[in-house]
Amino acid sequence: MRYIEHDTVVRRMNGRMVVNTIFKSLFLLATLAALMALVILMYQIVTQGISHLSFSFLTNFASRFPDQAGIKAALIGSIWLMAVVAPTSIILGVGSALYLEEYAKQNRITTFIRMNISNLAGVPSIVFGLLGLTIFVRALALGNSILAAGFTMSLLILPVIIVASQEAIRSVPGELRDASYGMGATKWQTITKIILPAAIPGILTGSILALSRAIGETAPLIVIGVPVIIQFLPAGVMDTFTALPMQIYDWSSRPQPEFQQVAAAGIIVLMVVLLLMNSVAVIIRNKFEKRY
Amino acid sequence: MSSHCSPFGVERGFIMRQSVQEMIAQSKGKKNKQFVEKMIPVILFLIASVSVLTTIGIMLTLIFETITFFTRVSITDFLFGTTWLPFSNKEAQYGILPLIVGTLKVTLIAILVAVPIGISAAIYLSDYASENVRRVLKPLLEVLAGIPTIVYGFFALTFVTPLLQSAFPDIKIFNAISPGIVVGIMIIPMIASLSEDAMSSVPKSIREGALAMGSTKFEVAWKITVPAALSGIVASVVLAISRAIGETMIVSLAAGSTPKFDGDFTGSIQTMTAYIVQVSKGDAGYGTTIYYSIYAVGFTLFIFTMIMNIVANYVSKRFREEY
Repeated sequence: MRYIEHDTVVRRMNGRMVVNTIFKSLFLLATLAALMALVILMYQIVTQGISHLSFSFLTNFASRFPDQAGIKAALIGSIWLMAVVAPTSIILGVGSALYLEEYAKQNRITTFIRMNISNLAGVPSIVFGLLGLTIFVRALALGNSILAAGFTMSLLILPVIIVASQEAIRSVPGELRDASYGMGATKWQTITKIILPAAIPGILTGSILALSRAIGETAPLIVIGVPVIIQFLPAGVMDTFTALPMQIYDWSSRPQPEFQQVAAAGIIVLMVVLLLMNSVAVIIRNKFEKRY
Repeated sequence: MSSHCSPFGVERGFIMRQSVQEMIAQSKGKKNKQFVEKMIPVILFLIASVSVLTTIGIMLTLIFETITFFTRVSITDFLFGTTWLPFSNKEAQYGILPLIVGTLKVTLIAILVAVPIGISAAIYLSDYASENVRRVLKPLLEVLAGIPTIVYGFFALTFVTPLLQSAFPDIKIFNAISPGIVVGIMIIPMIASLSEDAMSSVPKSIREGALAMGSTKFEVAWKITVPAALSGIVASVVLAISRAIGETMIVSLAAGSTPKFDGDFTGSIQTMTAYIVQVSKGDAGYGTTIYYSIYAVGFTLFIFTMIMNIVANYVSKRFREEY
């Protein structure tokens, strides 16, 4: 007696296999559609911007004539901004992560801080702009300086750096810690000499990715009142400045079509900066991956 | 044998001069060090509380400036008014509904684009793709998440809008559809990545059980993986909605600045975020009603995103299938 009738199985399976194939193609198609969007976006920007990209574009200040418009002030301004954001956000982020992973007791305050960090990560960037405008620009009277913008951006990316640092610290093997305590090291000695050196690749990777978010962020800068047309370079952190995304925003919103090309050229510069930062992050990650 | 080869010789000599007990005693005696060990947790706690202070700062800022706003504009007019005309010369009107409607229009289109594509991509990555394919596709998708929103805005304005206009001549240069599509593209990686995480955490044994019973891969995905990971998928969609609501630069560049209380998607609209940008760009003097209005709008936006985040948290915790 045959329990399995081959013909019936084939008849029943055929339809189901067709459905399977159709949906597999649909799912693949959807994935490729998302990637196509990425390709089209890149292609559009490069083809529009490449003609305007030249050495003088990097060394000229902004101008109302499209062919003379350059990105010098914005590029230098973004570097200044990062010079404030990087130390501020990394010190705050790593410090918070160390507290949460190494010192915090399991109590309500700790739970509250953790919950707060995850909620903070969901606050729109423009709301951070409102915070910066009220606290840093007005209450602390920093004006629309590099410092005010830098502090605002630092708070914006703080949750990302905290979470990345927490993961990096958590992934340091317990044996290393135990060995350090076993040798008579104090907690702080263990942290500075064992845990931080071991966690630093992860912390750096996460921080660089967070910083690359900060360098492309526009909305908080607009709310703070960062100007666009700037014909000088900042000399200190209290000076006013402009940044790459601000400059791109200004060029994009101008009606003359020539400025669209200038904006695209600006975007290429921004993307190259981002690419460099991300490559550094990838290199760090690959170099130190699975050391333990 | 040279001394170079015998590091112990050095240490033995050192220990002979000073016993371990003495060293420990000496080390413990250092006031300085004990002070450091006691102070470090305090300092780190203060640093960790910066994030809490930030939240409190945001809340207080928004609440106080919004209260000032409500001393000038009635709260019912704000919540239920259907006209948003802050720059009017005659009588300014502050009914937030048009801005909310504008935000919801863009969000709706973004969700229509991102949910099918994002979830399909997640299913493909978790149930169909081989490990090698996944290792290439997933980071590529995440590149989309790393692109600054200003770049997306430029893309919407200079590519998607003209493309839509060539297909549908009725669409204006500023509209809700083009920024909606682009916001959708922006949040695809978020939905795909978070949903894929949820699907990947569904135990292999369940899937393989279904496959062994003769299910096709699609049946496994549709009847096993997706239901089991549903809480994670819903949470990812809710978080993506929150992101779409708070998105600023794409709508500022491509959606226009015409607050409208209607169902038209093809013409210029204004979202809450775009209004804040519009006011911040122009010089609305400090202390004017318009100045305070950006806080009231910001507060509304904050509440919207906060509710979404709480819902996402709740869904992913409450309805999680445990294995």
